[in-house]
Amino acid sequence: MKRHPPGVLAAFQHVDAAARAIRQLKSLGYRNLTVYAPVPNYEVLQAVGHPVSPVRVWTLIGGVAGCLSGYAMTMWMSYDYPIVVGGKPLGSIPPYIVIMFELTILLGALATVAGLVYHGIRTHRAAAYDPRFTDDLIGIFVPVAPERWTAVEQALREAGATEVRGEA
Amino acid sequence: MATLAAPRPAPAPAPPTYREITRDVAATLGKPGRAYYVLLGFVVSVLAVGVFALLHQIRYGLGVAGYRPPVQWGVYITTFVFWVGIAHSGTLVSAILYLFRSAWRTAVYRTAEVMTVFAVLTAGLFPLIHVGRIWYAYWLIPYPNQRQLWVNFKSPLLWDVFAVTTYLTVSSIFLIVGLIPDIASVRDVASGWRKKLYRITALGWRGTDQQWRHYTRAYLYLAALATPLVLSVHSVVSWDFAMSIVPGWHTTIFAPYFVAGAIYSGCALVITLLVPLRKAFKLERYIHEDHFENLAKLLLLTGMLVGYAYAAEYFIAWYSGNDYERSSFYFRAFGDYWWATWTMIICNGFLPLFLWFKKIRRSIPAMFVLSLFINLGMWFERFVIIVVSLSHEYEPYAMGHYTPSWVDWSILAGSFGWFFMWFLLFAKNFPMVSIAEVKEIIPMPRREAAHP
Repeated sequence: MKRHPPGVLAAFQHVDAAARAIRQLKSLGYRNLTVYAPVPNYEVLQAVGHPVSPVRVWTLIGGVAGCLSGYAMTMWMSYDYPIVVGGKPLGSIPPYIVIMFELTILLGALATVAGLVYHGIRTHRAAAYDPRFTDDLIGIFVPVAPERWTAVEQALREAGATEVRGEA
Repeated sequence: MATLAAPRPAPAPAPPTYREITRDVAATLGKPGRAYYVLLGFVVSVLAVGVFALLHQIRYGLGVAGYRPPVQWGVYITTFVFWVGIAHSGTLVSAILYLFRSAWRTAVYRTAEVMTVFAVLTAGLFPLIHVGRIWYAYWLIPYPNQRQLWVNFKSPLLWDVFAVTTYLTVSSIFLIVGLIPDIASVRDVASGWRKKLYRITALGWRGTDQQWRHYTRAYLYLAALATPLVLSVHSVVSWDFAMSIVPGWHTTIFAPYFVAGAIYSGCALVITLLVPLRKAFKLERYIHEDHFENLAKLLLLTGMLVGYAYAAEYFIAWYSGNDYERSSFYFRAFGDYWWATWTMIICNGFLPLFLWFKKIRRSIPAMFVLSLFINLGMWFERFVIIVVSLSHEYEPYAMGHYTPSWVDWSILAGSFGWFFMWFLLFAKNFPMVSIAEVKEIIPMPRREAAHP
């Protein structure tokens, strides 16, 4: 794994304190924070303030692609080797709707996962980590040069961090 | 409605802290005891019996199973529908209740979802076993071939191929995506080879703001996709029957009837699995009477729907004035297979009526016993629909009788061995209670009181 840039890592027990620290750091002009949380907490994510994830576009594109490919596949295969079954028209839409529906769901779900992986990797930032962040602590990593650590550490402590340490 | 609700007698005990949740769930993944190995050995030997029977059938042909014209669909298709049905409640609990934001699902949904994936995995074997020549199973897939022949998309059996494969794929995705944050949680407290396993399977999860941002969206859309899927899959399975002109099969009620029955049997198996699981894993604090009561209410609802469907079937058979339909239903209740029909009616139509009593809904032993009867009844429901209808079609000279052979029964038993083998292996290696989601319903500690 890539080494993370130097910075300050803080741990919070309280969700409101963490949200306050995030808002304050943002107002002080610190960017590229990495915020860790054991659960998707609304208050913290609100403070971070990301726009809605683009994963939903993947779902839409996958679903539409699945539906269209279901239509194209069934129709093309019906005419490619024409066999009349049960006296029905060669290309019978009603029974093919089932295939179109299933492929809508299948490709929609696969595209959603692909989008999740793609955006997860794309927005990944190397940052210091503590194993307690998947347990009960909220973490904030501020990438900042060592000479400014004292200022950031103080801001984090004032906001209510229970632990603060510099990570080179 | 608040004014109508009875006041809760005892105040709920303090919710566990986040740290306790992680520790309690991670503790279920420790070194298994002797009982676990004994149980695993038992289910694997049951599976071995099924595998032996299958090899015997492959060696000597489908004739060793009890199939005689006109009954060519027997225990295998019954068991296929049974396991597909079992799968449904998992997605109901994990996806549909997720969209409804129902908090009680968090403690039980992982078990239900694991059950779903392994039940579909079991179900998927049966069409292959049933076709006899397993090595030609790939003919079901539309692939380019020398003769340029394509599959028949007008056949419900092919819809089934698409529905069941999609269901297996999507429910596996849903399970795996849901597992990622929990695996990361146990990774951070585990040691030894398990830590290595979880480090790989957590896929680099750390719970960062960006990860949660994409994850929560993806999970929401997966739930939204799984919800119509679960309703479609058993509808498609029911059309395997309803699209034909066999008396007893050719009815429009089949799709909703099958979906209700599927959720009914699935909830019953969730209860069957949860009772020993919570005992063995000491999860009484997380899975308690309230969860069983909620599952019982789902059982009651779907059980009443199933009971209604039974009544409607008989009523329509009579009301249609169609002699074949009437004769088929008379044969169901009073013919060769009367015992199967009455097992089904008593287990599925009458036993769930006990669930009107709160005392029974909240009694874990009673729910366990009831869930076993419901599963028995639901297997027989599919047996009755499939075998009894086929053995009594239009032409009296073409009516027949089907007796399952030892091969049928062994493969049926083997399917339970197969299912429980996967379930046991999973339960001891991955968290069976969703750590992140159980935490999510407990508010994080605050420094200052939240604004009202």
